[in-house]
Amino acid sequence: MPRATPDIPNASMADIAFLLLVFFLVTTTVANDRGLQIQLPPPPEALPPDMDIKIQERNLFKIQVNSFDNVLVEGNPFTGTPEELSEMVREFVLNNGADPNSSDSPEKAIVSYKTDRGTSHKKFIEILDAVQKAYYQIYADNAGVSVKKWLELSSDLMDPENRRLYDIGRGKRPDGTPEYPMNLSIAEPTKAGGN
Amino acid sequence: MSKFKKKANVKQDIPTSSMPDVVFMLLFFFMVTTQMRETNINVKQQLPEATMLKKLARKSLVAYMYIGEPKKTDEFGKEPKIQVNDVFIEPKDVIQWVNQEKAKLQEFERDQMTVSMKVDIDAKRGIIADVETELRKANARLLLYSTLQRRVEN
Repeated sequence: MPRATPDIPNASMADIAFLLLVFFLVTTTVANDRGLQIQLPPPPEALPPDMDIKIQERNLFKIQVNSFDNVLVEGNPFTGTPEELSEMVREFVLNNGADPNSSDSPEKAIVSYKTDRGTSHKKFIEILDAVQKAYYQIYADNAGVSVKKWLELSSDLMDPENRRLYDIGRGKRPDGTPEYPMNLSIAEPTKAGGN
Repeated sequence: MSKFKKKANVKQDIPTSSMPDVVFMLLFFFMVTTQMRETNINVKQQLPEATMLKKLARKSLVAYMYIGEPKKTDEFGKEPKIQVNDVFIEPKDVIQWVNQEKAKLQEFERDQMTVSMKVDIDAKRGIIADVETELRKANARLLLYSTLQRRVEN
């Protein structure tokens, strides 16, 4: 006499699997670790006390934002698009002494960015994005790649090919200093906006 | 008559026997890719948009900080607050937090730690600048303002 074969009902298996599937679909969060990267300066105490660097007015590109998110660029009200601002920064950095009111060389050019304590984070990011775009565009042009490609390759410098393009883009000299450093100075915010 | 009675002898059912396999495959995909969020975010998080985004290469070297208006405004007020690991902290506690986060890493990796700041668009610059000052003191100077990709129309 043959044994009774034990059967597991498997008609509902698909339903159970679907249920689990829906659960994981709902709980999945796509991690986004993307954003604007900056490096903060060393703490004020770490700097030598007698460091009093004279910077010529022509080598400074001043961007100021008040607590109402109004923008001053080089002392004049600015109402244009971030793309226009980006273009202005680019021209300033690549001036190379041509215009007596603009920078001497890309190395000396400094973008000074000052906000107020009441400036919104949204505006802050918008301007920062525009300034970084100007620099990344210069780098990408030097390296002969698209800006998108530049952002990708500069995130992964372990790769020797990326490293090579990165050094070309920033114009690395034999002594290791870049020809086009991103001199972005984010100043301590003013207190006019309260808080 | 018989002319019209002729029916096509074609099966019309879709074979469903492989459906569980397909569903299981999807299931495994999501099980593997999913990652449970360890912290509940208690502040409003509408991230700003930008175009020049960089991606962080190594996730293990990232410490997260959330800044925004608390979700429970009746309990914590409307002023933007700083959240790390499920708790609200004050700017003066940032150094301690950085040291805790650094202690989790290998010694040679500690100076490569990046702080990812997820800041709500309505937060003001003041509180963020306070945090930045503390981060400078704590020598955690790599900073990432977490943003979304803005769609650009070309």
